[in-house]
Amino acid sequence: MSRPRHVRNALMTGVFSLAGWVAIVFIFLIFLFTFKETTVVLNVEHMKAFFLANPPVWQPTSDIPKLSLIPIILGTLKATVVGLLFACPVGVAAALFSSEFAPPRLREVIKPTIELLAGIPSVVMGFFALIVLATWLQDTFGFVYRLNAVNAGLALGFALVPIVYTISEDGLAAVPRAHREASYALGATRFQTAWKVVLPAAAPAVFASFVLAFGRAVGETMILLMAGGNAAITSFSLLDPLRTLSATIAAEMGEVVVGSEHYAALFFMGALLFVITFISNTVGQMVIRRMSRRMQGAAS
Amino acid sequence: MRLSGGAERFFAFMAARSMRRALRKGAASDVQTASLYTEFTPPSFAYDTRPLVCAGMKRHARIVSTLLLTVALAACGGREQSTTSTGGAPARSDKPLTIKGSDTMVILTQRLAEDYMKAHPGEVVQVNGGGTGTGVAAFINGTTDLAMASRPMKDDEKAQAKARKGADVVEHAVALDGLGVFVNTANPVQQLTIAQIRDIYQGKLTNWKDVGGPDTQIILYGRESSSGTYDYFREHVLAKGDFAPAVQTLQGTAAIINAVGRDKNGIGYGGIAYAKEARAIAVQAEGAQPVAPSEATVADGTYPLSRKLFFYYAQNAPERVTKFAQWAVTPEAQALVTKVGYFPLNTAQ
Repeated sequence: MSRPRHVRNALMTGVFSLAGWVAIVFIFLIFLFTFKETTVVLNVEHMKAFFLANPPVWQPTSDIPKLSLIPIILGTLKATVVGLLFACPVGVAAALFSSEFAPPRLREVIKPTIELLAGIPSVVMGFFALIVLATWLQDTFGFVYRLNAVNAGLALGFALVPIVYTISEDGLAAVPRAHREASYALGATRFQTAWKVVLPAAAPAVFASFVLAFGRAVGETMILLMAGGNAAITSFSLLDPLRTLSATIAAEMGEVVVGSEHYAALFFMGALLFVITFISNTVGQMVIRRMSRRMQGAAS
Repeated sequence: MRLSGGAERFFAFMAARSMRRALRKGAASDVQTASLYTEFTPPSFAYDTRPLVCAGMKRHARIVSTLLLTVALAACGGREQSTTSTGGAPARSDKPLTIKGSDTMVILTQRLAEDYMKAHPGEVVQVNGGGTGTGVAAFINGTTDLAMASRPMKDDEKAQAKARKGADVVEHAVALDGLGVFVNTANPVQQLTIAQIRDIYQGKLTNWKDVGGPDTQIILYGRESSSGTYDYFREHVLAKGDFAPAVQTLQGTAAIINAVGRDKNGIGYGGIAYAKEARAIAVQAEGAQPVAPSEATVADGTYPLSRKLFFYYAQNAPERVTKFAQWAVTPEAQALVTKVGYFPLNTAQ
């Protein structure tokens, strides 16, 4: 009786840990490979060309290659900012609604529906933004460029809403009922309770959702490749087209000569994305830890 | 029944154990999201279950999704390889003929391959796009037998291929294509000189009124640098100069036509076989009359932006490669070229 159970147990444990290790090894190897390919450009001259070139222009296939990353980093930031400005309020508001205000039956419908939104392939989202959203925005607001940061950022925002919603909602739902009951007992309205008691109590989860959404936004490729216009211009205007790091890698990796400056520059962009996500996740973790410690201190 | 009961017990045990651990660790737990919830430590055990399991699951889900993504990518790569292969055909040649390159030529070569396989049972031809640059790189690296190119191969590319293969590269023209310059159907501009098009794409002319149109900004659309169309345009229109950074680069001629069709201030370029939603304007070379692109003007060379479409393969390539390339210039195959919207070779020059 007990022997087959032990065998099964050992077998399952082995399968799970093997799968886990495979994932870790994969990530480590990808990390190693990405950084190895950048060695050609890891020197002072190239860093100057990447970040200090004046005028900042990205023309890698020109007769005199110009490899400034500034317009591309700027494009990535523009898209990310617009995407987060759209997704964070909408996602948190939707989470507050479904956890605090919606009747339970409605909540059972809203939650899976929004989570389903996360399953929409980004190429579909990009296509929608390219064909429908861009035309609508241009007709409504008279934008000069069909494909611009607003269009791309909004499409990106659609993809980020489920991330912000799901994690925030989990956090809000986990706030103990005692908090709410105490608040009602003191005469607070439902809105006051949601806004001043439940939301602050779930702040770490909400913040975690923002950080994860940021990571996704920086790395998102297809939506921005299709809806962003891919013009590498150094402009702070949200009405100009943009080109992002990930879209540049996707568009240009197919034709570079392996080992060339251009190739290494694309890998450098990849490494940059890697570092940005790494830093954002670390900062997120730190803030979450500090917040939860502070809350614990206040509670005791 | 017994087995499923056992499995249930097993998972329940595992879940309970991990939960107990997380609870014990409290705020110091490395499962960050879990730790937030444990600080409330509600008396009811069931109350805490959901967020804890969720937090754990999310972490696992991320690892699993990474794995799945890797597998999916590998699967996609595999599928792409067999776009036009006829799987069930009896293999007379031991290996299929692989063709890769210019997106402009994909439709054409796929039609050629279909008819070729019909006429030669047992031969298998696989056609992939990706852009001329991609195809030439694959040819040099030896991952494809034959490269489709909408521009001539560069000398350094030829030298690289020769060094790799130990044989010269054979250049084999298969069709003619006219490169159209497209504007929106509502745009009154009917013709542009090559110099005007150059200035527009280099950002020196930015308003349609400078070339006889309305007083609105010109919105530029172009191709990615992996495209042979991009190279051809840069060489023949921009005189090897740089495109303005404001050019919005789209994936494929169809995307450009679509964008120009929707953008009344847009201008784009691409193979004229695609012109449906936008209007191809007449192009005027220096010291010549403006010529609209048509079969006649492309074939007799009066339209200034016409180009040859090439197949490239190694001189020492196996028979399956040379046979297909030779077949592509037979009258039978050239009739297909016209059907797809390009121009046959034999009427030229």
